Amino acid sequence: MPEPKQPEKLIDDKGIRIDGRRLDQLRPIKLEVGILDKADGSAYIEQGKNKILVGVYGPREAHPKHIALPDRAVLRCRYRMAPFSVDERKNPAPSRREMELSKVIRESLESVVLTDLYPRTTIDVFIEVLQSDGGSRCAGITAASLALADAGIPMRELVAACAVGKIQGHMALDLSDAEDKYGEADLPVAWVPNANLVTLLQMDGILTTNEFEKGLTMALDACKTIHGMQQEALKKKYLVIKEVAEEREETEVVA
Amino acid sequence: MSFTPQLPPVAKLEQKTVVDLVANGKRIDDRAADSYRPLHIQVGLIEKANGSAQVHLGKSKVLVGVKVETGTPFPDTPDEGVLTVNAELGPLASPLFETGPPSEQAIELARVIDRGIRESKAVDMKSLVLLKGKKVQVVFVDIYILDHDGNLIDAASIAALAALASAKLLKAELKGDEVVYKPGLHPLPLNNHPVAVTFAKVGKTIVVDPVLEEEQVMNARLTVTIDKNGNICAMQKGGLSGFTQDELKTIVHLAVQKAAENRAKILAAAKG
Repeated sequence: MPEPKQPEKLIDDKGIRIDGRRLDQLRPIKLEVGILDKADGSAYIEQGKNKILVGVYGPREAHPKHIALPDRAVLRCRYRMAPFSVDERKNPAPSRREMELSKVIRESLESVVLTDLYPRTTIDVFIEVLQSDGGSRCAGITAASLALADAGIPMRELVAACAVGKIQGHMALDLSDAEDKYGEADLPVAWVPNANLVTLLQMDGILTTNEFEKGLTMALDACKTIHGMQQEALKKKYLVIKEVAEEREETEVVA
Repeated sequence: MSFTPQLPPVAKLEQKTVVDLVANGKRIDDRAADSYRPLHIQVGLIEKANGSAQVHLGKSKVLVGVKVETGTPFPDTPDEGVLTVNAELGPLASPLFETGPPSEQAIELARVIDRGIRESKAVDMKSLVLLKGKKVQVVFVDIYILDHDGNLIDAASIAALAALASAKLLKAELKGDEVVYKPGLHPLPLNNHPVAVTFAKVGKTIVVDPVLEEEQVMNARLTVTIDKNGNICAMQKGGLSGFTQDELKTIVHLAVQKAAENRAKILAAAKG
């Protein structure tokens, strides 16, 4: 697919962005939990045009054995972009970007997973970006923490993540692909709300210290909203299970 | 795939000593929480490189060599030169490092340094074009870790800027299809001077320039790269835990101050 042309303006005169959003508005988010059959836990997220699937396996026997730790589970994480997920085909070989993101995503999840309950095992998180639209590492974290919860892995709480950035001199929430590409800065943030800890923070571009502080506040507010959506998505899965169970009970009574 | 690294076993007593010292406003090497270890910068050690700098940050030693060669531009930036940053964390520098393909630590280090240089537009990329879309100059920044005693990111960032600021190259021109070099060296055009400042959260305290013993017990790490105008041009959080919003505000303001101090030392050393 040819790359879309650079838009003339990222924000119009009324302060509206190219996809119709205000500066402090998230893209539409869809979250689903437990959609893979074989994985112990799974989640799917759509955020704008991002489509990301996360599967979690574990705790399971560490393989190769030498990576096992005696006092805790090893958390393993792979962030991967499908070759067809971007405008120009991505080489399927792991890139340096993917290796760096796998590391920072893993580190953002480490603080919430109770790894000391499962020594000598691994907990594996596979994040597959099927379509990428800016902010995919954050959407990946949002879905990964849902998939971990779906796998029944004990966690302190869910991690929510969202990026902010700077476009045409204004701080804007949740940048899309074009805004990320033609904007001035990108600041992905992951947050653990109750512990009040920022567990992922990266930045590229140019920001003043004031812009950083403003952006961080916007990102944390958005993380709160996303955290609420994550809880709803988990609850929804169990409501479905409840309905199925009730239906079965009814049929049993009739029989 | 990234997995929880196996950290070298640090005696519980040593861990406690490091954390307790920091909690009481002291550090294992007698520094204040907001002070760097002694910094020595020497440029021009490697004659065959266009620019080079060796940095001693306490006992951490990093050598950076800058080479400029001709190559082809990326298709999406036909009117810009190319910048490549690579880091080698060789087994000579620490028992923690092994041979083999670059570790995720090496990739992260190189990418954080790259981001600071690239996003601050430090190297004047437009000036590196010989023939638009066909031939440009490629700037290679190769980071060599020689001795690892903590805070490799800052040592590498300081060495990279010193090497770039002291780099000299021949004027390249295109005659037909051939690149010819004119006699007479001129400096590599730099528009900005990014400096990385790294903080560690040890216990509940934030310290700057963590030494290896502190890195081994820290909860989290944050690097903030500041450009010459006092703006942030790159950030990277590392480590298994995180920072509160208030901690981040404090860190960013301290980073601006520390970067300015180190920048003055780097530019003075690069002038020779």
